[in-house]
Amino acid sequence: MTPRRQRMLLIGLVVAGVALSAALALRAFQENLLFFFSPTQVVAGEAPDARLFRLGGMVVEDSVSRDPGSLTMSFVVTDYAHSVPVSYTGVLPDLFGEGQGVVAHGRLTPDGNFIAEEVLAKHDENYMPPEVADAIAQAQAQAQENTAE
Amino acid sequence: MIPELGQFALGLALCLALVQATLPIAGAATGRRDWMALARPAAVGQFVFVALAFLVLANAFLNDDFSVLYVAYNSNSSLPAFYKFAAVWGGHEGSLLLWVTILATWTLIVSVGSRSLPEEFSARVLGVLGIVSFGLLLFTLLTSNPFDRLLTPIVDGNDLNPLLQDPAMVIHPPILYAGYVGLSVPFAFAVAALLSGQLSQDWARWTRPWTVSAWMFLTVGIALGSWWAYYELGWGGWWFWDPVENASFMPWLASTALIHSLAVTERRGLFKSWTILLAIIAFSLSLLGTFLVRSGVMISVHSFASDPARGVFILLLLTLVSGGAFTLYAVRAKHMVADGGFKLVSRESFLLLNNMLLIVALVVVLYGTLSPLFIDALGLGKISVGPPYFNSMFLVPMLPLVLLMGAGMHATWLGMSGETLARKLAIPAVGALVLGLLLPWVIFGSAGVLTVVGVVAGLWIIAASLFDPVRRLIRRDAARPLTRAQWGMTLAHVGIGMFVLGVTVSSSYSIETDRAAVPGDRWELAGYEIVFRGLRDVQGVNYAAIEGEFELRRDGTLVTVLTPQNRVYRVQSSPMTEAGIDARWYRDIFIALGQPLGDGVWSLRVQFKPLIRFIWFGALVMAFGGLLAATDPRYRSKRAESRVSSGGAVSAETG
Repeated sequence: MTPRRQRMLLIGLVVAGVALSAALALRAFQENLLFFFSPTQVVAGEAPDARLFRLGGMVVEDSVSRDPGSLTMSFVVTDYAHSVPVSYTGVLPDLFGEGQGVVAHGRLTPDGNFIAEEVLAKHDENYMPPEVADAIAQAQAQAQENTAE
Repeated sequence: MIPELGQFALGLALCLALVQATLPIAGAATGRRDWMALARPAAVGQFVFVALAFLVLANAFLNDDFSVLYVAYNSNSSLPAFYKFAAVWGGHEGSLLLWVTILATWTLIVSVGSRSLPEEFSARVLGVLGIVSFGLLLFTLLTSNPFDRLLTPIVDGNDLNPLLQDPAMVIHPPILYAGYVGLSVPFAFAVAALLSGQLSQDWARWTRPWTVSAWMFLTVGIALGSWWAYYELGWGGWWFWDPVENASFMPWLASTALIHSLAVTERRGLFKSWTILLAIIAFSLSLLGTFLVRSGVMISVHSFASDPARGVFILLLLTLVSGGAFTLYAVRAKHMVADGGFKLVSRESFLLLNNMLLIVALVVVLYGTLSPLFIDALGLGKISVGPPYFNSMFLVPMLPLVLLMGAGMHATWLGMSGETLARKLAIPAVGALVLGLLLPWVIFGSAGVLTVVGVVAGLWIIAASLFDPVRRLIRRDAARPLTRAQWGMTLAHVGIGMFVLGVTVSSSYSIETDRAAVPGDRWELAGYEIVFRGLRDVQGVNYAAIEGEFELRRDGTLVTVLTPQNRVYRVQSSPMTEAGIDARWYRDIFIALGQPLGDGVWSLRVQFKPLIRFIWFGALVMAFGGLLAATDPRYRSKRAESRVSSGGAVSAETG
């Protein structure tokens, strides 16, 4: 092979590799997107049925209940307009608590329960996940609109 | 009065930065030596004043001066002195001051280390560093002044975030920043070359040790962060593809590519404009990282209270500094053309592939990190990209990279026959294949395809790296000893191999269980017996804790006692989990206390993590290789060394 041909071959291989990985990347990206939904959106039926998504809001006071001696527990997440019951089995993060912001990854069951695979609470007692703050502000704005009408 | 002194010192440093940013560059353009000569005194003066400001802030922390807002927010009189000092960079304002201090330190070192370089060139380099410093100092003074006072002083402070009250967290930010900010040096060298319109092979030789040094700090900094996340907040995970982790990882990928393309530019005079571009990209990613972390646009444990004004300012700075450099590149890069071509089977080809694959990896991470931001900005919904995207996509460029790495080290500059290369590689390749297929089965009794691939790849790199040096050692071949830089390369690659082994084995064979247990319970984990002995209250300096006691037994004999804690820090009343870890080089046993579940039952996370130490130890070995390479005597000699002009004699030169 002439040096020129060798170089063309090299460039060709590189371009093919880049194209292949770009295609793979976009597919993996599509498959692993996690959308965020607020309780209001979930109640309105906007959240997907079988797919994993993120639910965020505040943990309702006195809503946390456990099966004594087991790792399974349940609580209610709210944006002060609507609420969604959540159940989870496992160890909770340090800053999980009633009246605190929380984000859970999981799926919705047909009867409207949210089964969490992972529960995140952020590491600052004053911290509220921006998405949660946003969702609550939106729910409140909607509520005000409704009362104005 | 003293805190105002700090602010005044920062103001003076800003003025000196302005001098350093303008006159030396103008002097280099017009040939005025007196202007160029201003660069060094300005750099020294700037360092003195920035360091003074830093010391003033540290002093305020150590003396509990809660009339200073930043101190009141991030410290408390009951905090141990060690953490009071570390609290200097525990919040936004102070970490920015740390950024500026480290930049001033790098600038000082460059101003001393560049004395042997041409006057115009070093004036331009220091000038560019002055521009960056000016921007950051202005940012600090306008939006994030750490010396702001409280109108009514408070009795005691708000305390340092308990997460940061940890030895690794004390040194993680300075070391990481030393790497981040250190990339400003190759950036300045690149812009100086663009300004002059010339790029010699000497340029690459001057730039290499600075790049490798910054890369070394970045490597250690990232490893420390990962280690800390593992035992402090991750419940046993060591990397989360958190936006802020990615923000530090992207400059690492870019600077790794830069180190390798600099080798080609120095040895062969090729890839010139590409090398310049990489230097600009690497530092731009550092600035982007600063923007992501400091502006609060990202949802992350690292993001402090967000302030839109700060975000806008950093974005503006990023646009000006990087945008300016890219524009200059667009205008000038066409003058920097290669002096020749190269053959298919050659060191050059392998390094080209290395760069391609690292850039693909970089794009994968960049896309996954930034797309949620854009999608949110466009109003298309709030999304996050899960770790599965990164984990699977990152493998695509990494696997060929790792396989080619072993071969690339043995390829010679200017080309060789494929047969010769294959013969050189046969023994390490066969060895890695046999061991990689056997070991997982022998030790763990089972192995998936990816596990075998990972183990073979890790062993392959280590074998290919060490094969030649060990053979020389055995034959006592003193005629051609490895240079220090060659040892550096060898060790850095061995570190990668160890890292690959650590990641593969720990992710394939970890046992992670959540369980509910009462004192007196005993259970089995990976051949060990764990006994839950009981709980007791413990009082720390500034926290109260519940401590669990767990016996770890093997074949009836006691190995160790683990004492994980659930701490509540008094001032912020925030709970923190301190895991109990028995760490050996070949495995970790990890126990963390969760919550009381009622009736004396506790939730626990119990994990067995084989070879996980290789992840961080591998990174340290990489960094040590970097240290050797950066301190090679070759870089200190003033005379340019003979370059590659013909084959043969130079085949042993390092990459």
